[in-house]
Amino acid sequence: MEILGLYNYVVFAVLLMVGLYCILARTNIVKSIIGLSIFQSAVFLLYISMDKVDGGTAPIIQPGAPADTIYANPLPQVLILTAIVVGISTTALALAVAVRIKEAYGTIEEDKIQEMDREL
Amino acid sequence: MTIVFSLFLLSMLVLVAVAVLRTDNLFTAVMLSGVFSLIMAANFFVLDAADVALTEAVIGAGISTVLFLGALALTSEQDRSPPVGSWVPLLTSSALGGVIIYAVMQAPRLGDPNAIVHMHVAPWYLEKTPELIDVPNVVTAVLASFRGYDTLGEVFVVFIACIGVMSLLGRVRPRRETISEETFSKQSRNLRHHLIPRVVGKMLIPFIVLFGLYVQFHGDFGPGGGFQAGALVAAGIILYALLEGDTRARQLVPEWFSSVLVALGAFTYASVGVACMVMGGRFLDYSVLDPHDAIHGQHLGILLVEAGVGMTVAGVMITIFHAFARRGIR
Repeated sequence: MEILGLYNYVVFAVLLMVGLYCILARTNIVKSIIGLSIFQSAVFLLYISMDKVDGGTAPIIQPGAPADTIYANPLPQVLILTAIVVGISTTALALAVAVRIKEAYGTIEEDKIQEMDREL
Repeated sequence: MTIVFSLFLLSMLVLVAVAVLRTDNLFTAVMLSGVFSLIMAANFFVLDAADVALTEAVIGAGISTVLFLGALALTSEQDRSPPVGSWVPLLTSSALGGVIIYAVMQAPRLGDPNAIVHMHVAPWYLEKTPELIDVPNVVTAVLASFRGYDTLGEVFVVFIACIGVMSLLGRVRPRRETISEETFSKQSRNLRHHLIPRVVGKMLIPFIVLFGLYVQFHGDFGPGGGFQAGALVAAGIILYALLEGDTRARQLVPEWFSSVLVALGAFTYASVGVACMVMGGRFLDYSVLDPHDAIHGQHLGILLVEAGVGMTVAGVMITIFHAFARRGIR
């Protein structure tokens, strides 16, 4: 039972590993950006895992709810809610840079781009 | 039962992430990362974060997939990474994973009510929201009122990212040769000739936009708010653009309109803050907006601020989509 309570955190660690490996091992820029967004989602999972309280519910206080209702922690939710929107905007910016690289070099493979740069 | 469900979802997350890593086809990778986001949204819902689940479903599974596909259309669909020759990436990521797994072994288990995160300021928010702000959704209260500064900053980050995308992709390169109308309609990527997606999709659009407006104005009472609503409305318009082509969508929502929306939203948010100062309070302290009733002032402030957030997010998403789509039709 002890390890089940930590399963979320183990999944967080594994997703971080997958994301980082994707960024480091692949030379394709778009693939690296996908890896970055997996890495980012792992961090979201960590924060949201922290907000859970046993027997709790979403932090929406309905009028007439019993006074001893347990609510999840709203603070990580607020942080991640805005982080998701900021995340998509920065991802879009990264994709825009990738598109410009493709137009300038004709490829989005990092090794080929480096070769071209050395030849200049 | 819930624990079985959540174990299943978490295991699926890992499987899908590994599948994304292994595939060489970027189209497959993008589709799988859409699936990844949807499972992540279900996970957030199981973890009692309804607002975050809604955001992740709209943005992660919806808009992000479309943006990636738009970028793929402009770059290439095949990942031609050479086989990994060195052990460095594997060693680095395993070392990171090992350190983190070692660290989380001491973390409080999931749902522990005595965890440190639940001790500090969170109980105060839950206790004081009915008294000071009196909106049922505590997430909205914290987002728009207690921590309004953070949200203002984030709106401006989104705003700046949009300016960045526009300056990178906004200027269209001159067309090399003039394209006839026929080849143009062949080239333009849309689903006009596929009957079923077109009919079903068009039926869905009004409901998506209506649901967006509901989420916008009901965000104080249920899950929702400006971020989700803006993304939903933008998703409806992006669906229209996918069905009818980008040119038609730009007739529906002209480019000047979405750009104005981006600036107007951020401006609304900041000017509510300034209005609070003019009326004798502090920046973004909405209580002074109504001199007779502080709680009504808070409600008014949250409504205006959320409207500003919604406008900016919707405008940014539509503008970024157009920037990618228009670059494709040359």
